[in-house]
Amino acid sequence: MKIVIIDYGLGNIFSIQRAIKHLGFEAIISHKLDEISSADKLILPGVGAFGDGMASLQKRKMDKLIIDFAQAKKPILGICLGMQLLLSYSEEFGVHGGLGIIPGKVIRFPEPQPKGLQYKIPHVGWNQVFPLEDKKDIWQKTVLRGVSPGDFVYFVHSFRAIPDNNRFVLAKTEYGGCEFASVIRNENTYGCQFHPELSGNVGLSIYRAFING
Amino acid sequence: MNTTRIIARLDIKGPNLVKGVHLEGLRVMGDPKLFAEQYYKDGIDEMIYIDTVASLYGRNSLTEFVNYTAQSIFVPLTVGGGVRTLDDISSLLKAGADKVAINTAAIKNPELIKEAAKKFGSQCIVIYIEAKKVSEFKYECFTDNAREKTGVDVFEWARHVEQLGGGEILLTSVDYEGTGFGFDLQLTKQVAESVSIPVIANGGCGNVNHIGEVILNGKADAVAIASVLHYEKLVNLIKDCATKDYQEGNINYLKDYFKGDALGRRNINPMTIKQIKSYLNEKKIPCRL
Repeated sequence: MKIVIIDYGLGNIFSIQRAIKHLGFEAIISHKLDEISSADKLILPGVGAFGDGMASLQKRKMDKLIIDFAQAKKPILGICLGMQLLLSYSEEFGVHGGLGIIPGKVIRFPEPQPKGLQYKIPHVGWNQVFPLEDKKDIWQKTVLRGVSPGDFVYFVHSFRAIPDNNRFVLAKTEYGGCEFASVIRNENTYGCQFHPELSGNVGLSIYRAFING
Repeated sequence: MNTTRIIARLDIKGPNLVKGVHLEGLRVMGDPKLFAEQYYKDGIDEMIYIDTVASLYGRNSLTEFVNYTAQSIFVPLTVGGGVRTLDDISSLLKAGADKVAINTAAIKNPELIKEAAKKFGSQCIVIYIEAKKVSEFKYECFTDNAREKTGVDVFEWARHVEQLGGGEILLTSVDYEGTGFGFDLQLTKQVAESVSIPVIANGGCGNVNHIGEVILNGKADAVAIASVLHYEKLVNLIKDCATKDYQEGNINYLKDYFKGDALGRRNINPMTIKQIKSYLNEKKIPCRL
């Protein structure tokens, strides 16, 4: 099986590779278009600004490739900014179009009032993931099958994903008084707002489930 | 939920984990790998490795250690000490660090923060502040394990680094560090309320109540601790060593333990990560369980 971590110049991708190696698999870090399109599974990492991320994918002509990959129903896992890029657009520093694989938008957390007192932006740290109330068994056949409701995972982000429809929401998390989609899904494309590679055994179980299909 | 992170701080000198008081008088604790691996297994939320002699040699020598531990530790690792350039950051991130802590180089050249945040993202730039009280309401930034004065005001600097794109602040009270007297609540609260980026309180933890205080009264977003964890592990090592012939190295302080002196640090009550988490849970302070 060929697992490719897409290198588009954003973010620390080595820890993802190490996590996968720890599970006994090999993932290739690559910026080459032929490597990416011949992969069995893709991981789209990324940290930083949405606009920069999208521009970087476009400059390298990776955007079309990733969209085609998703349309062929081949598995993709987006992490952090890589997850947000899967959505239709973001309001980060102006409106920027995304890959549109999962319909929805990305917006900033509301500013805390008074500044800094109840919660901080970015949201940095461990927080819990839960399924939506009416979909308790939804995780069973997904990348979250090794995760229990209420498990803690590690987040670093200032913007949050809002898919157009709840059917794209696999897990939700609460921060600063608002709920956001922490894991999203459309067909075989998944996105995690948190970093599974920094989330101990819970996070490793997500990579394991993604790799094992 | 807004959880508080419990972070283990490992000060490393050459091959050894060390621990000082006021960042000085470093005492050898043992092989840092053993400590790091144990803390991960015990459920630590993050780890910070500081190369204590890096500034002296002008470079961070933890690359190999980071590379080794990152193979089996999957919580965020912050690495500091002697981080001077974008290349330094790049090589530490490649080795397995998730964030870098910058003190001296940032004070000498604040633009480094801006450039680093732009290149690697704010989330991986931690500004390390060694704060020392110089008069009743005044704290000054120090560098090189608090040996060098900078003349920079801590609160002004904290606001400035946020503007430059620093992602978090590791705030160490030099006055309290290693003493077990508790955190500097005044310092922590004032910095935490000056910025909207997370502030990691560090220096002075002697027991669990101190952790509760610095979260509730000091408004800390995260807490970095060392002695209380290291000594807890040492106690177990000592028990283990008691049955073995353990003669190498400076172990006088270990012998003191058997004389009833808690490893020569009377204010340090050794504790496990589990004990800390259950204390926080009791106090209804949200944390990762």
